[in-house]
Amino acid sequence: MTFIPVILILSTMFLLSSSRLRTVIGVVAMQGLFLGLLPLLKSLDHLSLSIIILSLSGIIFKGIVLPLLMLKVIKETGIQRDVRPYVSYGASLPAGVLLLAFSAWLTIRMDFPAGTSLLIVTMAMFMMFIGLFLMISRRLAIMQSLAYLVLENGIYALGIGISLEVPLMVELGILLDVFVGVFLMGNLVFHLDREFQHTEVDGFILSDEASEGDSPKL
Amino acid sequence: MTGWNWLFPLAALILAPLLPGVINKVKAFFAGRRGPSSFQLYYDLAKLLRKGSVYSHSTTLIFRIAAPLILACTAVALLLLPWGGMSAPVSFAGDFILLLYLLALARFFLVISALDTASAFEGMGASREVLFSAMAEPSLMLGFLVLILHTGSTGLSGIASGIGFNDWQSSAPVLLMIAMAWFFLLLCENSRIPVDDPNTHLELTMIHEVMILDNSGPDLALLEYASSLKLWIFGGLLINLILPFRLDNLIYQILVFIPSMFIVSLLVGITESIMARLKLITIPKVLVGSAALGIVALLVKLVEYYQ
Repeated sequence: MTFIPVILILSTMFLLSSSRLRTVIGVVAMQGLFLGLLPLLKSLDHLSLSIIILSLSGIIFKGIVLPLLMLKVIKETGIQRDVRPYVSYGASLPAGVLLLAFSAWLTIRMDFPAGTSLLIVTMAMFMMFIGLFLMISRRLAIMQSLAYLVLENGIYALGIGISLEVPLMVELGILLDVFVGVFLMGNLVFHLDREFQHTEVDGFILSDEASEGDSPKL
Repeated sequence: MTGWNWLFPLAALILAPLLPGVINKVKAFFAGRRGPSSFQLYYDLAKLLRKGSVYSHSTTLIFRIAAPLILACTAVALLLLPWGGMSAPVSFAGDFILLLYLLALARFFLVISALDTASAFEGMGASREVLFSAMAEPSLMLGFLVLILHTGSTGLSGIASGIGFNDWQSSAPVLLMIAMAWFFLLLCENSRIPVDDPNTHLELTMIHEVMILDNSGPDLALLEYASSLKLWIFGGLLINLILPFRLDNLIYQILVFIPSMFIVSLLVGITESIMARLKLITIPKVLVGSAALGIVALLVKLVEYYQ
């Protein structure tokens, strides 16, 4: 049981030091698959229909549909990697370690209902923090949407860690929201790429201005 | 069984030079060559011990005493190494700190003797050695911290005898993370391929070899011997962590642990054969990653502890 949270923590750690978009999408997809399996494994002895639906929808949306959407976007825009993040890859890893320590401290200090798996909660908080961190520390719009997915994975995991019974409808609602969000983001990135020539967020200058020569294409 | 545990440091003193030989044999096998004999280091040591030493005019007393001191530190560190269920010849609470510092003392003398030669290349190697070892040490210390939390014992022997089959069943991920970090540490500390190439003779890229460039004759023999003992120590730490056999019988202990030393060097040989040497500037990143692995293991252990 401890294997999945540990794998998810390590893969989230790995996200901090990988610049290739394809790798990041692969890791996020893998996280989606493991997160989908988590509710199944947590309640193997008392399976119910709602848990199976939760698990399947997690696997399908987070593990397959959203990563494929993202892959389509990078294929259309031709972006390969985030070369110059605001926070360098070398400095991101220590920051990630600090965030993990903070989420462990937070989890230990908080009071959770009985039966809560502290490890899963730590992992969930860590994924949420890393999602937020990646959102502010990466330059490419598509990397930031992937960070949003990591953040959402964290929220999903927090729900699983604390309880399994309540959140089916809530989770499905969130999943739909995320799907729409990522769908829109994918479209947005595609159009941004066309309009502004590149998708670095501080390079959003209209093509006409850029062609005048004050912003080099990266 | 008291007294018999002195057998292990003795075995290490006799068998340690075989480990680099096995590694070279494996590498030769992968390259499709026959390779030098596994006993090559013994021949080299015998040859070097018969030669005289040449000392540069720029060296001082430090350079002359360094090699014996390094061997002495490493050999004493060997006495602290436990073997599974059997405790080390010398063991007390907190002896892992002594082990760390003995190895650090050996490294300190290696580094200042390299600086003592006043050669630019050796200074470069010394600077790299210090940088990389400073970044590698946290993962060893963090691993020990996790194992202390896990076994509740602060001595190396207590830690080694406290990890059994049950622990690998209950908290395999944590132990696995430490084992991975320690394997990388073994490669780094013993200047093996992803970090340093022991065969290279290009001073610009090497770390350990460049520091012993000026040593010759018996001094070089002592240093080569000390580095094979160091490989034995790190291999022993890894085996104590990984092998869950805790047998009280001396014969079984010998039958299990000494072959597994050679399995570790087999693994090192395979790693060297299938991996390329890392770019020098990426090594610190990988070392930070391995330390991060240790911290993750520690935090997971802490969270489980509070569960």
